[in-house]
Formats: sequence, C-alpha cells, structure tokens
Amino acid sequence: MLPTLAAIPIFTLLVILQTSIISYLPLLQGYADIVLLVIIAWALQENVKTAWQWSIIGGLMVGWVSALNFAVPLVSYVGITALALIIRQRIWQLPILAMFVVTLIGTLFSHALSALMVSIGGTALPWLDTLQLITLPSLFLNLLLAAPIYAIIKDFANWMHPEEIQI
Amino acid sequence: MSTRPSRKTGKKMNSRSPIPWQGITLSLVAIGLVVLALGGFLTPLSRIALSPVIALQTWVSGRVQAIQEFLTSPRDVAVLTQENAALESELAHLRTQIIELQQQLGEYRILSALLDFARAYPEYQYVGASVIGRDPSPFLKYIHINRGSDDGLRRGMPVVTQQGLVGRISQVTASAALVQLITDPSVTVNVRLEPTRAEAILSGSITADIGLDMIPQDITVSPGDLVLTSGLGGNYPPNILIGQVTGVRSQDYDLFQSASMQPVVDFNNLEIVLVISNFQPIDISPLVPTPSAP
Repeated sequence: MLPTLAAIPIFTLLVILQTSIISYLPLLQGYADIVLLVIIAWALQENVKTAWQWSIIGGLMVGWVSALNFAVPLVSYVGITALALIIRQRIWQLPILAMFVVTLIGTLFSHALSALMVSIGGTALPWLDTLQLITLPSLFLNLLLAAPIYAIIKDFANWMHPEEIQI
Repeated sequence: MSTRPSRKTGKKMNSRSPIPWQGITLSLVAIGLVVLALGGFLTPLSRIALSPVIALQTWVSGRVQAIQEFLTSPRDVAVLTQENAALESELAHLRTQIIELQQQLGEYRILSALLDFARAYPEYQYVGASVIGRDPSPFLKYIHINRGSDDGLRRGMPVVTQQGLVGRISQVTASAALVQLITDPSVTVNVRLEPTRAEAILSGSITADIGLDMIPQDITVSPGDLVLTSGLGGNYPPNILIGQVTGVRSQDYDLFQSASMQPVVDFNNLEIVLVISNFQPIDISPLVPTPSAP
C-alpha cells in the first residue's frame, strides 16, 4: 500500500517538473518525458509489485494537466508498463539494457498514440516533420536521461523494498 | 699652574680680561653662515652634506618600518581577514539586491507595457495572469496560467500580451486555466492584412511556425504587412496585432495565395499575460450548414 501511496506525491512533483522545467528545455520541438522514464524504471525493478498502480497514477496525472485526450497518456503508460514487465522477465540480467530498450519502444509508442489522437482530432500532421522535429529529439533526450533516472529509481526501490534475508 | 688666579688677584685679572676673540669669531662665523644660508649660497654645500645623511636615514627608516610590519602583521592579517569577510558578505548582499531589483524592474517593464496595451484598448476588461507551465505533450502548444474560474475566467476568452495575441482559454479549473496558443497545429484564426485589408486564415503548425492561407489572388501582399485579428467567426476580438508577413507564396494556378509570418509575441518567453474577460466568443456552429441538414 505504501509504495502505491508514494506514487501520488512523486508523480505530483514529476508533473510539476515536467510542465515547468522540462517543457521549457526543448530539443528542436521535442522534449523529454520524465514521467514515462520513471514509470519504466519502476516497472523494471526486481522487487516492485506496484508497477501497474504507478503507471495508472502517472497516466491520470499527466492526462489531467495535458490538453491531450485523457486516455492517451493513460493508455500509453499502461502499455509501456506491460512491455517493461515482459522485458523484465526476458532480460532480467541486464536491467539497464532493458531500460534503454523499453525507453526506445515506449517513446515511439507514446508518440505514435499522441500523433494518432491529434490526427483524429482533425489536425493534419506532416509525418516526416513530426518524426524529425518531435519524436527523434524526444527519443534522444529520453535515452539521455534513462540511465540517471534508472539509478535514482533503483535506489528508491531498494529503500522501499529492502531485500529479505533468510536466517 | 700660575695661570690659575688666586683670590687676591682675581679682581685685578677680571678688570683686565682679554677680549673673547674666540666667541666673537664663532659668532661672526655663525652669523656669516646664517647670512650665507639666507642668501642661498650654502644650498649646494648643504645638499652635498645632507645627501648621505638623508640616504642613511631613509635606509634606517625603511628597515625599521619593515621590522615593525613584521612584528605587527599577524594582528593586521586577522583584522583584514575579518574586514574582507564582512565586505564579501556585504557584496553578496548587494549583488542579491541588484538581482532582485533587476527582476522587479523587468516585471515593472512588463506590467507597464501591459498597462499601455490596456489603455490602448479601453473597451476591454483584463485579468492579469502569470504563466506557470507548458503542456507536457510536445504535440500541443498550450500554456498553463495561474488564474481560473474563481477569477472570472471562462472558456474561449482571448489571451494577449502587450505585444499582441497569444491565444485563447481552452480549459478552466477553479484556480488555473489552459491556454491554447495560436501556434498550436489545430488553431485557425481569421485575420486581416494591413494596409490591403485582405482577409486570410492563420493556422499554426507542429513546428510552431505560423502560416497564412486563403489570401485572394487579386490582393498584393508584401513582406512587412501587418497581420491583425479580423473578428470574423466571433472567436477573437478584432484589430489585435498578431505579426508581420515575412514571405508570400503565390502560383498562377492556385486559387489562393499563402504566406509565412513572424508573430510579434515571443511564445518561448511568456511570463505574464492578460485575459480579456469581457469578451464572449460567439458560437456560430449552429449556423454552419452540415451535409445531413435538409
């Protein structure tokens, strides 16, 4: 219960950081998504059992502050959590590699879903420009931040879920 | 010796005392020297005589001062260190004050310019708001402001700065609102070009560039022409500056011309905005014919 409750202040802080700092540091037209990175890093931790709850809370908070359709961040974060949990089982020996793989696929998935929703809303998106100016710069920034965020979340997860010692 | 006078002969010797030539000579020499000195005749001589003395005194004085400084320096260093720390502290305090004053000056300039804008358009009522964030999605161009329905803000109200049009309110909560910028790819604004008074449609894009479309072919549009809101459609009040035309694209086979423009508002550095609170957007959607309508 405590790890789930801890997600609320953590994501509140992350959403504030995202909207007031990260969104002001663009690379071309793209910027990093620290909420996405934290959700991925949390889901990849070995002892964590609250990955779904974190993704839902993060998705709800981002959906609340964003003008994007409410379901887009929720669905994309839940989908990325599912991918992270699958990959955690497959490449459990190299979690940092899993972090990079899920960040790569997750960013592309999240942006594809966002672009699709914007297009359905009636806005014509030039796909090549979108890829070059938004998705690839965002992907680069996410990959750049993946390792430090993974390290921070790993320490936090170890603090929240200390390893049990059998006597 | 016989030269020592006896008591008996003392009176006799005093009455016959010799003239004090020695004293007179010395007095004359002294007077002569004084006269020569007053006349300036002894200056070269005194210079020659005093030079080594002065040099020696200078050397001795220098050594004495050095020794004195050496003996008293620990106390001076401690005092100087304290003074230095105090001055550095004062300097840091003054620097902080300068930064605060510069920030206040910047804010004052913005507010002053906003006041000028409000005076230029006295028919509107304004609510000032600070920009507190941007939309987390890079696909959308929205900003968050720190005023909401508690301050009288409603959906659709136009948002401006002292420079020109920013956008309009898209969503409102009790204490905050979401403003859709005119650079958002889903935005279209009816505009008028000056001085030709031609009507056109402004549209945003994902690259945050603004373009103009639907400019009639028979109108001559030039770079530098002003772009203002036309008021058509009822979404924005008329005559609010948006920017200037930077380039025109015109083909003979096209029905309309298009143009690129430079907005007057710097959307990357928005700090304080004004919401026009007495402008009610008009919903003309019921008047727009739909294909299913009879």
